Amino acid sequence: MATNILMPALSPTMEEGTLAKWLVKEGDTIESGMILAEIETDKATMEFEAVDEGTMGKILVAEGTENVKVNDPIAVLLEEGDDASAAPDSGAAKAEETKADDKGKEDDTPHAKAPAATVPAAPMAAPTPAEPEFPEGTTFKTQTVREALRDAMAEEMRANDDVFLMGEEVAEYQGAYKISQGLLDEFGARRVIDTPITEHGFAGIGVGAAFAGLKPIVEFMTWNFAMQAIDQIINSAAKTLYMSGGQMGSPIVFRGPNGAAARVGAQHSQDYAAWYASVPGLKVVQPYSAADAKGLMKSAIRDPNPVLVLENEILYGRSFEVPEIEDFTVPIGKAKIWREGTDVTIVSFGIGMTYALEAATALAEEGISAEVIDLRSIRPMDTATVIESVKKTNRCITVEEGWPVCSIGGHISATLMQEAFDYLDAPVINCTGKDVPMPYAANLEKLALVTTAEVIEAAKAVTYR
Amino acid sequence: MATGTKRSPRAKKPNASKEELLHFYKEMLQIRRFEEKAGQLYGMGLIGGFCHLYIGQEAVVVGLEATAKDGDQRITTYRDHGHMLACGMDPKGVMAELTGREDGLSKGKGGSMHMFSKEKEFYGGHGIVGANVPLGAGLAFANKYRGNDNVTFTYFGDGAANQGQVYETYNMAELWDLPVVFVIENNQYAMGTSTKRATKSPSLFVRGEAYGIPGEQVDGMDVLAVKAAGEKATAHCRAGNGPYILEMMTYRYRGHSMSDPAKYRTREEVQKMRDERDPINAVRDILLTGKHATEDELKEIDKEIKAIVNEAAQFAQDSPEPAVEELYTDIYA
Repeated sequence: MATNILMPALSPTMEEGTLAKWLVKEGDTIESGMILAEIETDKATMEFEAVDEGTMGKILVAEGTENVKVNDPIAVLLEEGDDASAAPDSGAAKAEETKADDKGKEDDTPHAKAPAATVPAAPMAAPTPAEPEFPEGTTFKTQTVREALRDAMAEEMRANDDVFLMGEEVAEYQGAYKISQGLLDEFGARRVIDTPITEHGFAGIGVGAAFAGLKPIVEFMTWNFAMQAIDQIINSAAKTLYMSGGQMGSPIVFRGPNGAAARVGAQHSQDYAAWYASVPGLKVVQPYSAADAKGLMKSAIRDPNPVLVLENEILYGRSFEVPEIEDFTVPIGKAKIWREGTDVTIVSFGIGMTYALEAATALAEEGISAEVIDLRSIRPMDTATVIESVKKTNRCITVEEGWPVCSIGGHISATLMQEAFDYLDAPVINCTGKDVPMPYAANLEKLALVTTAEVIEAAKAVTYR
Repeated sequence: MATGTKRSPRAKKPNASKEELLHFYKEMLQIRRFEEKAGQLYGMGLIGGFCHLYIGQEAVVVGLEATAKDGDQRITTYRDHGHMLACGMDPKGVMAELTGREDGLSKGKGGSMHMFSKEKEFYGGHGIVGANVPLGAGLAFANKYRGNDNVTFTYFGDGAANQGQVYETYNMAELWDLPVVFVIENNQYAMGTSTKRATKSPSLFVRGEAYGIPGEQVDGMDVLAVKAAGEKATAHCRAGNGPYILEMMTYRYRGHSMSDPAKYRTREEVQKMRDERDPINAVRDILLTGKHATEDELKEIDKEIKAIVNEAAQFAQDSPEPAVEELYTDIYA
């Protein structure tokens, strides 16, 4: 009986990939373990091995095809006695069996199901903020957050020889998440530096280099690993300007993916926004869109203070419109209103914006007009924009992936109570990740994360609908 | 590159000019008197918090500073007053920082453990044991990046030598050939824990060998031996050969900080070091026996230094406390 060979998921967050090359042709005998094809994900080119034995019946997806969805049939494997004409050409045959595992994953991992770059879904299709941010006549190009971050670093490295990048796998491997792709080729090993796995040490070396006036970009493979280096980030980078009476500071950028990816468990799935935002001397940005990722990264590199850029692995592959403006930057400390509304203010940042915008769309269908604010910068925080919005809507909910205790939402709630108490018609609700370490099981992980449904529910609660 | 590690012999014969000997004498004595005065002001309640005195260890920093050239950087831990004076920072500014006043080097916001001078390339003054070691390698990284031949003196103690980040730094410093002299000031006690109770390694400099870093143990009570070792180390770094480790065998006469009664060692042990190994007396002896100076000339120097220190102490008491507005300045550049 013929079996469909499906496009494999080759990373926790992969949704689609390029079928770069077939290493077998129709009619070849296939043995278990044979390399069938090379598949390019957004991070790497991977070899794809056969699991079952048989004969290659039909190749359904030609090599060089881009944006092949995970779980789409890419070829048909014939067992003994089958002939090629028996081959199914789409998702029939035994596909159901072989895709059972991946199917479960996709169903139960809502944020991994994000709209792919090729077919932008509703929230991504209209990524134009309510406030006109760019001069009339500005042209845009569609870019992933990943490409925008790389461009930002490359532009700043071209402009200033003092800027260099160091971290694990940033150079020869081209970045664990491919953010530094191509930088080694352009800037060489002097300025794009692979480190050993030694976060505490290289974070300190970076801060020392910044004391001496260089402008290091220190990449943490993920922010989870930066906990080994947190002493250098806080005690050395954040406090030295103050302790030296203004004589010397740390013009350094610490960056990397933050928060949950998908199914990577408790030690790899933490949002550090609230942790670092509490530290005077640090600046913290957490971009959502590619344009903000680019503009904030460039501002971060130029800033004379230590700036932490909390990126997100799931957002890396998402596409947005990025303005084609020479030397485009986004100021640190300025929120952006993505959607104007009158009934409730939804404040979020980073990946949380996905749920905020999805909820706003759904709420609109039910006649609730939500104003959606992307903080973009967590410290300094543009609370003025939030307060102005609440003066209009009289209701506020916050959305973040981090834990509820001492959260960013908690801080916003306190700020509104102190500065906009008379404008509030309902208590502020904080939609957050649950107060648990991130579980691995797909169903539990889904429960632990904040969801669009929870945001909708909260919006209805504060508007008494 | 040789990665040999050995103990350097004590300098038997002084190989130094009269001027140099007098310079060492003055520098070490100034640190000694300054620290004694700081201890006194602490007792009077004019200096608060933690205050770690350098008395006994003066030869280490004074000997090494003699091998530094313009543009070289230095960074150390919280026992930092001696390092600041030795690299030429104003005693008045240092003392006023100890008293937490507006004219202190950090405007009164850093204190004893956190002082800096961009002008003198002194990068602190760090309160977290071991944290200044990667920072020092980072300063050295900047030298290499810029292609100059400056070196960074990175001082830390026998206690810090057991911190993991020191070895992370050794690894990268050698991997990247960073021009850094790691100076382990082994005063034999990490607060109240003697080195024997903290490690079974007989000596600390040998640990660099695992990373390919050459090093040696030096008599840190002998300023001339320190200088000779420093010259070797800095030459190694300046030539682009990567880091070098100097383990300075030294001793602090006072407790770990002002609040440490130092019950973990005997009075006799301390007295023996003072009587037999004092770095200032050693130079004084050479000056007198070599007829480089008379008792009267040395007394004159003592008087000058006393005046400098008294002036600093007076300045530190007269300087006003920082303006309240300073609370919210210097958080961001």
